[in-house]
Amino acid sequence: MIHSLFLINNAGDLFLEKHWKSVISRSVCDYFFEAREKAVEPDNVPPVIRTPHHYLINIYREKIFFVSVIQTEVPPLFVIEFLHRVAETFQDYFGECSETTIKDNVVIVYELLEEMLDNGFPLATESNILKELIRPPTILRSMVNTITGSSNVGETLPTGQLSNIPWRRAGVKYTNNEAYFDVVEEIDAILDKSGTTVFAEIQGVIDACVKLSGMPDLTLSFMNPRLLDDVSFHPCVRYKRWESERVISFIPPDGNFQLMSYHISAQNLVAIPIYVKQNISFFETGSSGRLDITVGPKQTMGKTVECLVVTVHMPKVVLSANLSATQGTYNYDPVTKILLWDIGKLNPQKLPNLKGSLSLQSGAPKPEENPSLNIDLKIQQLAISGLKVNRLDMYGEKYKPFKGVKYVTKAGKFQVRT
Amino acid sequence: SENQNGLIIETEMLDSNKDSLKLEAMKRIVAMIARGKNASDLFPAVVKNVACKNIEVKKLVYVYLVRYAEEQQDLALLSISTFQRGLKDPNQLIRASALRVLSSIRVTIIVPIMMLAIKEAASDMSPYVRKTAAHAIPKLHSLDPEQKDQLIEVIEKLLADKTTLVAGSVVMAFEEVCPDRIDLIHKNYRKLCNLLIDVEEWGQVVIINMLTRYARTQFLNPNVNVSITHMYEDEKAEVTTLEKRKPYVMDPDHRLLLRNTKPLLQSRNAAVVMAVAQLYFHLAPKAEVGIIAKALGMFEPYLKSFYIRSTDPTQIKILKLEVLTNLANEANISTILREFQTYIKSMDKDFVAASIQAIGRCATNIGEVRDTCLNGLVQLLSNRDELVVAESVVVIKKLLQMQPEQHSDIIKHMAKLIDNIQVPMARASILWLIGEYCEHVPKIAPDVLRKMAKSFTNEEDIVKLQIINLAAKLYLTNSKQTKLLTQYVLNLAKYDQNYDIRDRARFIRQLIVPTDKSGALNKYAKKLFLALKPAPVLESPFKDRDHFQLGSLSHLLNAKAAGYQELPDWPESAPDPSVRNVEVKDSVCAERTVLTGPEGAGNRKRGRKAVKNQKSASESESESESSESEDESEEESEEESESDTDVRKKKVGLDWNRILANYVVNTLHYIQYTAFYFFK
Repeated sequence: MIHSLFLINNAGDLFLEKHWKSVISRSVCDYFFEAREKAVEPDNVPPVIRTPHHYLINIYREKIFFVSVIQTEVPPLFVIEFLHRVAETFQDYFGECSETTIKDNVVIVYELLEEMLDNGFPLATESNILKELIRPPTILRSMVNTITGSSNVGETLPTGQLSNIPWRRAGVKYTNNEAYFDVVEEIDAILDKSGTTVFAEIQGVIDACVKLSGMPDLTLSFMNPRLLDDVSFHPCVRYKRWESERVISFIPPDGNFQLMSYHISAQNLVAIPIYVKQNISFFETGSSGRLDITVGPKQTMGKTVECLVVTVHMPKVVLSANLSATQGTYNYDPVTKILLWDIGKLNPQKLPNLKGSLSLQSGAPKPEENPSLNIDLKIQQLAISGLKVNRLDMYGEKYKPFKGVKYVTKAGKFQVRT
Repeated sequence: SENQNGLIIETEMLDSNKDSLKLEAMKRIVAMIARGKNASDLFPAVVKNVACKNIEVKKLVYVYLVRYAEEQQDLALLSISTFQRGLKDPNQLIRASALRVLSSIRVTIIVPIMMLAIKEAASDMSPYVRKTAAHAIPKLHSLDPEQKDQLIEVIEKLLADKTTLVAGSVVMAFEEVCPDRIDLIHKNYRKLCNLLIDVEEWGQVVIINMLTRYARTQFLNPNVNVSITHMYEDEKAEVTTLEKRKPYVMDPDHRLLLRNTKPLLQSRNAAVVMAVAQLYFHLAPKAEVGIIAKALGMFEPYLKSFYIRSTDPTQIKILKLEVLTNLANEANISTILREFQTYIKSMDKDFVAASIQAIGRCATNIGEVRDTCLNGLVQLLSNRDELVVAESVVVIKKLLQMQPEQHSDIIKHMAKLIDNIQVPMARASILWLIGEYCEHVPKIAPDVLRKMAKSFTNEEDIVKLQIINLAAKLYLTNSKQTKLLTQYVLNLAKYDQNYDIRDRARFIRQLIVPTDKSGALNKYAKKLFLALKPAPVLESPFKDRDHFQLGSLSHLLNAKAAGYQELPDWPESAPDPSVRNVEVKDSVCAERTVLTGPEGAGNRKRGRKAVKNQKSASESESESESSESEDESEEESEEESESDTDVRKKKVGLDWNRILANYVVNTLHYIQYTAFYFFK
């Protein structure tokens, strides 16, 4: 299936290679570099590239291209999902998935890749299993290891591999038993020039951090499960219980994992927390333009909007921006043509405004299109869909765990057309 | 030399007695391998440590061995005994890892050792070791394809395994080694269906894809004669076909597969969801396909999910555009067109061009909006961007071909554009349009030709060809005004540098200008040039890939990738379903045997109504007899033709015998059929 993997950074340096069958020369990546050049933006590189003897399937994540080499028929999504799993595993092990952390932990990375695929076919991809085979680095352990020469590698077979719950390691013990759930909702929206919602939907996930001893069997129920009609689950969730009772019943993996994700597309359920008044215009003569943006609260359910950022991809002819912001700071990068206005907290009494002039390349025709605005924001203690966890019950163990649920709403792909 | 020094240091470290130094050396070496540096010189020093007690050192040594064994075959053999010992270790982890490494060493000389190890591991107590054995099968197969038959035996054994741990891996081996041995699946079919939900995600994908193929060979088409493409168009036609046909009853095993895969639509893994979706697409009755929202009609409520953001990558934009275009109908077209209007203003010019094409396709598919679209596109003709104008011209040309009479004003408008547009494709399109519909613009057409005659030598080849075309058509319809111009253009073309243009000029002159030598064709020149041409079909760039299994690499590329397994057509009549029966002692299948009694089997056969058990049982017996007779007759024919030297004759003979065999079988069916009615 997956023959080889090459990791390539944004500058085009190939910094790691791993082969699961016989070695394939790294010159196969030339086809990738060709496509990379053609695409200009890294996101535009085609996910599947055909070469005379191989197929290159790649993802771009955390400024790294994960380029896999395929020789025979395989569902492309299979490979793409697997590559994402690799990136997630790195993130899980090293706190972040970056060129630096991968280079710093190259031996562990290599051991992980060795366990995750055998002969190109996925072998162990569950975090709980991998962590028993290869221990993640901690500062303390790596110091102890250097002194004693002891090992990072597990001595016994992870029990999960053999049981019916391959996602949970056995013999878990904590002095403080706790289970935390984060309901994170992202609003994907397109607003038109007049501020009308063209399209809006919510992408939600429930992230869990479960540190419970033994074999706890958990049931999570919602006040309003009917909101959820398009859901996908971690393999630990029992589909049948969801179908019949609309509760999430599961034996959790140990540690951090994503319990479920969902998708709410009914327009009337998607509140839009802010409005944007904007006017961007370019003048026919004088090589200049004007920009005026005001942001205000709309449906915030009484909560504060934080971490508000407005990003504008300006047309190529915009050379510089001379603006003034009543709140926050702005920055225009003339190379990438990105205007970034970092507002911070939204104060409903005093609405933030960014205003001023843009100067264009002289002689160039005025841009046909006005650039759209991309919004970032965060609202604590709120799931914008109104989803509420009702209760969490635990069976199978006797202790009383500490339980907590946190809600947060963010802007996903939130775009205002101008 | 720096590298050389480094290697010496590492060799020394590996030779030391301290595990910590060895470990450090191995870590450095693995880091070198990861960076793609050559570390093969260290092989002798490393291989000595294969029996090292320290588990981490050992593991890194394994990594090294697998990487370089192929290049250092002789030295690699030194390590084999360690692995052979490992295969007998009481610890299952060590047995598994020994097998994993042994089977990864690509050295032909150890093939017999590998074969033995795999066979033993396949009956190991530990399912983890058996899983490793399944993984080792394709490795050995690619090293030495001659082992195929023995390996198939191991696959057969492992397919019978009842643990979820092994299922995915052995099906993977099956797919790589013997994907055509569908017969090995029969007895394990129900078990695989039932285990599926508990198999790990990657195994699920492989099993679902394999079972899709299996089902296409063993069950009947649930949509009888209604082909999928017609599903939503001729509801009525379908009713009549259904009336004529006997009722279809789905094989319970077919149902089992559909039922057991459905919950996996909720998997977090997109590859699993896609696998289930393609399974429903290829196997489910059309009424049930809706659950995967496959049929485009089903996507309609989600129309807006496909609206495009300026930050989407280009390929996503193009794909969304494709979906939107396919979703367009009378009811939503105005919304979609409004949305398309914003796209035309995008800074991404490739995307703008694709959007204009999309508008063209909407206009072709939905007659009601053709004029609206056309007007919109005409407005684009005054766009500042030449690429936008050019793309619009090309699309307008195609649209005008559908009803030229009503649009002579647009043709006039386009004729004027020829002065400004420089993009060759667009110029060529305009010229073709004027030539084709010169009768609608009788005053403008000769003038355009006059201008073109002036600029002929500076035009691109495709434009030159269209100028010649225009000249020919005008000569035939309006020779009084254009005779001299045409002669002039043809003379220029005669001495052009491009031989295609010279050829075309010569050819056209012979056709249109009557001379003594010109043959019979001359009389038909007008018919040839001014024949009514069918309007072009604006097609989706994604069409024509239906024959590939959905979600496969081949489907994505629209080209057969190596190792792609064709999705077979449904059989005309279902093969014997009893092959899937398993002895009742098998707990997994106990509940299923009820479903596949003789009644279930009789039901499906050619739609005969359910009768008493005995009768249908006897029926299927006689049917199997008849199919035997078919086999026999075929064998005979082959024997006969062996002696025949003429290959062609042989083929004809074979075919004839097959027809005969079919005839016999059909007659038998007929006899049974009438007998059945008689006795009733």
